[in-house]
Amino acid sequence: MSQFVAVLVDGVVYASWLFVIAVGLTLIYGVMKILNIAHGSLYALGAFSAVSLAGAWFSHGYAPMGSFAMLALAAVLVGLVSGPIIERGLLRFLYGKDEVVLVLVTYALFLILEDLIKLVWGVDPLFVQGPNGETPYGLLGNFEIAGLTYPNYNLLLIGVAVVTGLVLAWSLNSTRSGKLLLAVIHDREMSAALGINVSRTYFVTFTIGAFLAAVGGALTAPTVSVVTGMGAEVIVMAFAVVVIGGLGSLPGAALGALIVGLVRAAAVHYAPEVELFSIYFVMAAVLIARPKGLFSGAEVRKI
Amino acid sequence: MKSDRTPLMLIVLVIVLLAAGPFLPSWMVSLLNVSMCYGIVVLGMMLLMRTGLVSFGHGLYYCLGAYAAGLIDQIWKMPDMLLMIAGAVVVTAVISAILGLLLAKYREIFFAMLSLAFSMILYGLLVKSASLGSTDGFNVSAKTIGGAAIEGEAMRIGVYSVTVVVMGIAGFLLHRYLASHRGRLAGAIKDNELRVEYMGASVFATIHFNYVVSAVLAGVGGALMAINIGHIDPEMTYWPQSGEFVFIAILSGTASVFAPLGGALVFETVRSFAYEYSPNTWQMVLGITMLVVMIFLPGGLWSLFTRGKAREAAS
Repeated sequence: MSQFVAVLVDGVVYASWLFVIAVGLTLIYGVMKILNIAHGSLYALGAFSAVSLAGAWFSHGYAPMGSFAMLALAAVLVGLVSGPIIERGLLRFLYGKDEVVLVLVTYALFLILEDLIKLVWGVDPLFVQGPNGETPYGLLGNFEIAGLTYPNYNLLLIGVAVVTGLVLAWSLNSTRSGKLLLAVIHDREMSAALGINVSRTYFVTFTIGAFLAAVGGALTAPTVSVVTGMGAEVIVMAFAVVVIGGLGSLPGAALGALIVGLVRAAAVHYAPEVELFSIYFVMAAVLIARPKGLFSGAEVRKI
Repeated sequence: MKSDRTPLMLIVLVIVLLAAGPFLPSWMVSLLNVSMCYGIVVLGMMLLMRTGLVSFGHGLYYCLGAYAAGLIDQIWKMPDMLLMIAGAVVVTAVISAILGLLLAKYREIFFAMLSLAFSMILYGLLVKSASLGSTDGFNVSAKTIGGAAIEGEAMRIGVYSVTVVVMGIAGFLLHRYLASHRGRLAGAIKDNELRVEYMGASVFATIHFNYVVSAVLAGVGGALMAINIGHIDPEMTYWPQSGEFVFIAILSGTASVFAPLGGALVFETVRSFAYEYSPNTWQMVLGITMLVVMIFLPGGLWSLFTRGKAREAAS
């Protein structure tokens, strides 16, 4: 029984984390039709920036609780700086190219950013930690379910994921700019003809996507050792999530994250040797049964 | 119509490489070996790209070929180089023939993603299989070539020579295939599948066959790489490895079988030197190279050669 509960809790926590990362990926794909491999690097950038900012905060001896503000600041900074640079400086010249070519462009970007991170932060593992070993991870205390203790930090993760999902769903469906965005997704040329500023829509979307990747990274930083290569590991997992849910679908990303999260948690607890295998097995199975993912409507055929 | 000079040039290339082998410094032999292994894999990527498909999971066959070679050495204790290559061919042909039945129905990003999923499944399996060394992999070495036991320096030259010959054969066969009726369908499928079907050719059968051919090439490349490097691990099927193959294919262009072979050599040379002189920025160098090529030379490096010829023909 307690193991079952553990699977559920671990699964949901893991799913929340995956959702925050994958939702940015699916947003960018949905609007811009770019499957952004560099999303993994933006995630890593968020994590490394969080280490630096939170580290600086701790070393000045400020109140440890403030380190959460530093994590948020790291995500905002990475989103606001790297998003615009990448979109304005590179991607906007390549719109309209083949989807696969765009994947490769972001792959090149991924390679460049990976080394940029190495140049700035070095290759040694880093930790978000104060001088007395305090971390944002431990600051919030613990909670107990069915005799198992979990850090409250996990609740924060779940909260962030839920809020992110709700805010995105609300702003897409109920605000003016969200509806304009849906129009751009549906038909880019027609929207442009009707006076929607498509280029600005792309710019804003990519920046939000980059910000979400960085949020994922900043929230992960206190829970793990921050190492180079963490982006490569995450991005392919995020691919699995968005492909399972359906590329470009918001509820799809949520469902995909839950499936991957629970499958992985179940594998970890019941059959550790199939942990990685199980995720990609589910991904392949979904692609085989429903090539466009679980949450995709019928696509209108254009000639 | 101009006569086809490619086979002759391939033969000349093989003879020159074979003759030069014993006189080349060992670092150059290693560089050539690795380039040729990559070149063979990328020949397969080129065939897929001509068909309009990009696989983000060809590391699967590269790795399978390498592990097939490794297991022939480890389990059956028959470390013959030719046998290892044959083993890689059989394993990759069988697996790709099965997976190809599924994949041949997919296009574009979905093809890329499903092949990625398959390669990551193998990664997940290998990482957790302790008997195969998990993430560390294991060492592989060929002791005989075609039954003849060879040692030391002669073995090094032998392995190099076999690699050269295999590359020559792979290039020649692929060139002949591309010029054949079915081979030419690849470009037609890329342009317009529907019309290919109207002409009475099977798109599915052609894509399936091309997929198997590209998988076998990747497997042979993987087996040769295993023997040359002497070590294999699951990283061979991790996604950045597959990305690297796509990278070289894009860098090279798909106009001629020489493009992937040359492209692989350029890639390995750039990587070796970048790695030697700035170990922390070699990926950045590669990434920038790739962006420049994709933006300014959409036809790959090979188009530098053909561009001049096209201008000649026009004038």
